[in-house]
Parts: sequence; C-alpha cells; structure tokens
Amino acid sequence: MLLIYCPYCEEERSELEFRGAGDAHIARPTNIADISDEEFEEFFFLRDNPKGLIFERWRHIHGCGRFFNAARDTVSDKFKLTYKAGLPKPDLDATTPAAPVETYEATESNAK
Amino acid sequence: MRKYSVFAVAREAMRGHKGWEAQWTSPEPRKEYDVIIVGGGGHGLGAAYYLAKEHGITNVAVLEKGWLGGGNTGRNTTIIRSNYLYEESMDIYEHSLKLWENLSQELNYNVMYSPRGVMMLSHNVHDQQVFKRHIHANRLYGIDNEWLTPEQARDYCPPLDISAGARYPINGAALQRRGGTARHDAVAWGYARAAADRGVHIIQNCEVKGIRRGPNGEVTGVDTNRGFIGAKKIGVSASGHNSVVMAMADVRVPLHSVPLQALVSEPMKPIFPCVVMSNTVHAYISQSDKGELVIGAGTDQYNSYSQTGGLQIITHTLDAICELFPIFRRVKMMRQWGGITDNTPDRSAIQGVTPVPNLFVNCGWGTGGFKATPGSANLFAHLIAKGEPHRLAAGLTLDRFRSGRLIDEAAAAAVAH
Repeated sequence: MLLIYCPYCEEERSELEFRGAGDAHIARPTNIADISDEEFEEFFFLRDNPKGLIFERWRHIHGCGRFFNAARDTVSDKFKLTYKAGLPKPDLDATTPAAPVETYEATESNAK
Repeated sequence: MRKYSVFAVAREAMRGHKGWEAQWTSPEPRKEYDVIIVGGGGHGLGAAYYLAKEHGITNVAVLEKGWLGGGNTGRNTTIIRSNYLYEESMDIYEHSLKLWENLSQELNYNVMYSPRGVMMLSHNVHDQQVFKRHIHANRLYGIDNEWLTPEQARDYCPPLDISAGARYPINGAALQRRGGTARHDAVAWGYARAAADRGVHIIQNCEVKGIRRGPNGEVTGVDTNRGFIGAKKIGVSASGHNSVVMAMADVRVPLHSVPLQALVSEPMKPIFPCVVMSNTVHAYISQSDKGELVIGAGTDQYNSYSQTGGLQIITHTLDAICELFPIFRRVKMMRQWGGITDNTPDRSAIQGVTPVPNLFVNCGWGTGGFKATPGSANLFAHLIAKGEPHRLAAGLTLDRFRSGRLIDEAAAAAVAH
C-alpha cells in the first residue's frame, strides 16, 4: 500500500484514503464540439503509459476531498513529489536521475 | 522433435531417462527474419506456431526479454471461458475455447485443459438480470451458459455457503460447463516446442530497445541487447509493456498498465470441483491439480510496472472468499505475485494493423488474456501473414477509439477490476 502526502492536508496518509484519477496535465479542448475524431482520440483515449516518471491526479476522497497532482515512478511506485492542482508541471527529468530499482524482473530474469 | 507418448515414457523409464531432448533450441539470431514477434508469452509463441503451421512462414523469431512465459502467461489464474456479452468478444473467446479443447493433441503436449465448469455467483437482483441477459445472448450465439438456482449451485460446488444467514446471500448462478482451467506454463512450453520444431527461432534474454524504420516509414528491424535484427514484419505482443514497445515506433496506444495480483494456498486434497467467481464481492477461486487453491485478487488503482501490488487488494478478496466458503477460513496462503496487465478504455483487446506499415499489435487483453491465448495467437498469425484481420477479430481494431465503435465489455468481465 502506498503512503501519499496530501499537499492540502500537509501530511502523509495511507492509500486507502485516496482515489487515483488518471493522468495529470491533460487539458480538455475548449472547442470540444469542433475538434476532429483524431484530436478527440488523442485527448480522450491515448496515453503515454510511461515506464518510469508519470504525472497523475489523485483525490483525497476520504480526507479533504480535494484533487491534487503527483509525480511518481511507475517502476518503484515511489512518489517523487505531490503538488496542488493548478500548479505547472514540475521539471523533474533534469534534477532527479532515476535510481536503479531492484525489481523481481531485474534480478530474476536470467533464463537459461 | 521426438513425440511424447506412453511408449516414450516406457522407453525412457527403461534407460534411466537419458533420452529426453531439449524442448526447444536457443539459436543465435539470424541477420534478418520474415517476421519478428516481440514477447515470448503464450500469445506470441502461439502466433509464431500458427504462422509456421497455417501460413507456411517459418523464418520467424520470437524475442523475449526474460524467460518464456515469465510474464502474465505464468502469473494468471488459468481460467478459461467464453461467456462474454458482445459478438466481437464471443467470436474470439469461443474460437479460443474450441482450440483449447484439442490443444493437447494439437501440440503433443499436455496443457491439462480441464473443462470443470466456471460458475459466476449472483448476489442480488441486478446480478441476476445481468447474468440472465448474458445467458440469453450466449445461447442465441451458440455458446453454452445456463442459470442455476442456489441449491443447484451448491450441488455443483458443495463448499459454497448458500444459507440465508450468509454474509453475501446467493440467489442463483450462471454456469458455463465447458469453461475451466489449464496449466499455464505448459501452454507457453507446448507452443514453444511445437514452433521450434517447425523452424521458429526462440530467443530469450533478448530485450527490444528500439524499432527501426525505412524511408517510407515501414519497419525494418529491431535494436536489441544482442544487436540489430532485421525484420520484414513485426508483431508486438508484449502484454504490460506494449505501450513501451509501441512508443519505439512512435505509436501511442490507449493503454494503461496496472498490477493484477493472485495467490495460492498450501496444497490440499481435492475439495473444490470447479471455478467460482463473484463479481459483486470480488472473488474468484479454483483448485489446481497440485491441490493449491488459486485465488485471483483485483488490480491496483494506479499505473505501475512493479509486478507487485498492495496488500489491501489481496485482503479484500480473501475477506470475500472466507465469507463465501467458510471452510477455507483456516487455510494458509503460500505464495502471492503480481503481473502487469495492459488495459484499454473499453476493456476489450486490440488486435490489428497500426499506422506504421508492417507493424502489427496484439494488446489490451487486460486482466483476461490467458483464456484467449490459442484464439488470439491463431488470429494474430492470420493478421501478420495476410496484413489484414481475420473475420473473427475484425472488431478489435486499433482505430475503434477514433471511430467510436467501442466494444464495451466492462460489464461482461467476470469481476470488476
């Protein structure tokens, strides 16, 4: 289970209090009725699904009830940062190199 | 390849079991192949087998970054059924079920397909209406599925608690008798052996790092940790890592990868005769031939490639199991694991052409890909060989998220993930 720092409550709480809400920083087109099928697919369905750093939304549904954003590593599941909704996407690529993680996949995959 | 038979067992017994040969070879990669399949799970190995057998394409390599069947093929709860709601789904899962029925003979490899019946419990009026709708849709389409009263359900699965005081009362069940289980490792190994026998190269510990493109955008090969390998066509069937591989060809796919967990108990004598699933309280359970109770838990709520998962997900499922089957309350759980499933927005698989010429994708099987293994592999081979989907997989195209022709199977999943 994850421990998640809520930037509004300013404390770390168990994942049970939170609801994941998908990718962050996806702007809904303001002209939604005019866009093409390709643009709608891009906005609504297509996702990067990154192996590594992901920016995602969480909601502290059993706490303050507010949405916020998080930067997390999808290999180690470790949170790099959580920040309030509406703040710009932080530039983490340059500052935090991905530390090697000892996953089962990395250590046990020596097939003969 | 030497055939497995009762005579082979007798012969080897006489000479100290020294004559068994390796089931498949591990050759050095060639410079170029007609087809490269990325991903050595059941779907990929099966596709290579059917390419060689049904389409005469034997210059094929299956590239696997770990070991064969070490991903979701070896991490699922081995449940097989075809009682889906929509015709697109029924087509492919029923095609698969028919192949399961004869797979051991086809591959000369015992995949231990056991049609012991898959029973889905109904706990309330909504369940009952939904299941009956499924039953009618299935029967109209020629797929077996029947309604059981609570007493009939208990008779079919004696450990089930149908008493009025049960925490989760049962008002009936849907039963597909041809559904059941199979031995997951054997599926990967059986396909690998049969494919290698027909000339397919199976290359393990070979991770694809990039996909190279020609002047017209078509694929020309893959960069791997064992160097560049050329390919006229590439089929991607990499399960939870499909997004990662497809990104190498600059194709975004509508997938998110999440861990799905399962666990097994200590082995016990035969006590549980069938597969039981409950959507409403989230539990599914069967007993393996080794005697372990095989229990499937749910998915985590966040994207992850960690192959683990939260403990609260497992305890939630075990809570339900203990209420439905009180006799299992003191059973010890022995092992737990997670697999990374690639899920689509409409919970139906994607199998089809991509915007990149000669690049084909088989993805989005989500939390239910094992049962589809033979059918998906068979139709994926057709797609790669002919360049267009088979009639039975025609609805599973990648561009349905553009056209809006979704196959909204979320309601038909056995459990809510």
